[in-house]
Amino acid sequence: MGLLRAALQRGKYVWEIPVGAQEGMRVPGVVFGDRQILQKADEDNALVQVANVACLPGIVKASLAMPDIHWGYGFPIGGVAATAVEEGVISPGGVGYDISCGVRLVKSSLTWNEVKGRLDELLDHLERGVPKGLGTKGRIQLSRKEMENLMKRGVKELVARGIGWEEDLECMEEGGCYPGADPSKVSDRAFQRGRDQAGTLGSGNHFLEIQVVEEVGPLAEEMGLFEEQVVVMVHSGSRGLGHQICSDYIEIMNAALPKYKFRLPDRQLVCAPVRSKEGQDYLAAMACAANFAMCNREAITHWIREAFEATFRAGARKLGMDLLYDVSHNLAKLERHMVDGKEMELMVHRKGATRAFPAGRPELPERYREVGQPVIIPGDMGSNSYVLVGTREAMEMSFGSTCHGAGRTMSRKAAKKKVRGEELKRRLESQGIKVRTDHLSGLAEEAPEAYKDVTEIVEICEGAGLSRKVARMRPVAVLKG
Amino acid sequence: MPDFEILDHTADVGVRAWGKDTAEALRNVSLGMLNLIYEPERVEAEEVKELQVSGRDWPSLMVSLLQEILFLVEAEGWAVRDLRIEEVGEYRVKASLTGERLDPQRHRVCGEIKAPTYHMIKFEKGDDRWTAQVYFDV
Repeated sequence: MGLLRAALQRGKYVWEIPVGAQEGMRVPGVVFGDRQILQKADEDNALVQVANVACLPGIVKASLAMPDIHWGYGFPIGGVAATAVEEGVISPGGVGYDISCGVRLVKSSLTWNEVKGRLDELLDHLERGVPKGLGTKGRIQLSRKEMENLMKRGVKELVARGIGWEEDLECMEEGGCYPGADPSKVSDRAFQRGRDQAGTLGSGNHFLEIQVVEEVGPLAEEMGLFEEQVVVMVHSGSRGLGHQICSDYIEIMNAALPKYKFRLPDRQLVCAPVRSKEGQDYLAAMACAANFAMCNREAITHWIREAFEATFRAGARKLGMDLLYDVSHNLAKLERHMVDGKEMELMVHRKGATRAFPAGRPELPERYREVGQPVIIPGDMGSNSYVLVGTREAMEMSFGSTCHGAGRTMSRKAAKKKVRGEELKRRLESQGIKVRTDHLSGLAEEAPEAYKDVTEIVEICEGAGLSRKVARMRPVAVLKG
Repeated sequence: MPDFEILDHTADVGVRAWGKDTAEALRNVSLGMLNLIYEPERVEAEEVKELQVSGRDWPSLMVSLLQEILFLVEAEGWAVRDLRIEEVGEYRVKASLTGERLDPQRHRVCGEIKAPTYHMIKFEKGDDRWTAQVYFDV
């Protein structure tokens, strides 16, 4: 605590923690937010984490934090750090344990009026179709070889098995296959933890939500969004596979640390040079987890489509159930960005931050090349969610990144103390939000009061120029593990 | 009664446990973690499993032990009721665990843990007891 005093306001929503505010900083810290966000981040120790990340070898420009910044482990949640590929490092903690945790939005051509009378039936089908929570096995049983193929080839392997649609591929980052995946870099333990978990939602803050588009702005039409449209949001990650890969490589890099003589302010920031064996092995394993995570969300999408088909007795294609986009908010990616007027190849770590590229970037699929990348922002239960679009300013300010959600403001324990699961369920239902969950105490941990106001975060992102609003959704039903 | 407390953290959750020696501190921090996933006292001691792990120092030994227990729960679907530390030294531990097949309803599963982290990790000797502290990604 105490870094707030050193912070300099550089713009309405831009604050700088100058080099020297903390020992070992190689670049400044930059936090996007208003004074209140900064104050809360300071009380929360998250500003110290921004300064700690600024100590990473090879970091360029600044250690960044999005307006949904909060206290994480090692990196702050909402943190973005880019390192030069040639002399910089890769840090598994800068990606997180839930590698490629992310969100996707599945559209429909149905309006709320057409769905509301059948909502319970739809939820029954969804509950039967989508496995969730600990101790629940997935519906996809994979042999070791099949699992390896899934990790190597990503979502197209799943589509070849008849799960998901070919046309979904272009609406995912990297076309549903993160390059460089090598299953031989994944431990047996990680294989075993992930084995039965393809197509399972998980628990914690992961969910499946049925939402109604409430308000649309410019570009909504180009993205196929309209008012009163029913859409489905999925928030899940790479499950036990990713958790184990992160744990494994934190140990590997910890053991290799003396070799590289890095002095790090926090053990959780452990890292290795991008070009080292440890760094390359981690990236090959991380890519496996990223592919697994996209497959996980794709399999869930498949069962969402089946649930709609069973409820509305029509094919999912006829029901317009196209994928809008799939984003990862915990990932490191090799990207080219301008730094001080020079184009550089960078390893961009986003830990609780979303890539938000503008129109024209070659990474975007053709359908969004002129529009810009859709960014999907989940709210907390009971509040709005958003679709945003990337901006050119974000390319200059944040390596093309924006927020990933509301960001917690209250611990899980405090949330549970403040509100009981049963009471929360009743309250949400009185607001017209149906809740299906196996664990009411888990529900209380995710109570709306435990989060910042997502609308405020999204407004600040827009004010700072990091992203622009495209559509706002309200939840009508939520399924949680 | 195992000696531990649950720690508040904005995004995640931690456990602080105590013991008169390293063995007791390791047992208590493990039971603290299990309490975050389900209610261990509802688990029957039907089977016994043994495990052995090593580390580079006390914190990494604790992380290895917790990871191993998580693996039993998540990948093998086995609920741990209690554990006994059979042997402990610098930096190895051998433990025997009692438990049975995990039953999410009967054992009242209330959440998942992704991993123990090194964030603000502690495993140290005070005046009269050892303190073990670990935060989890949940």
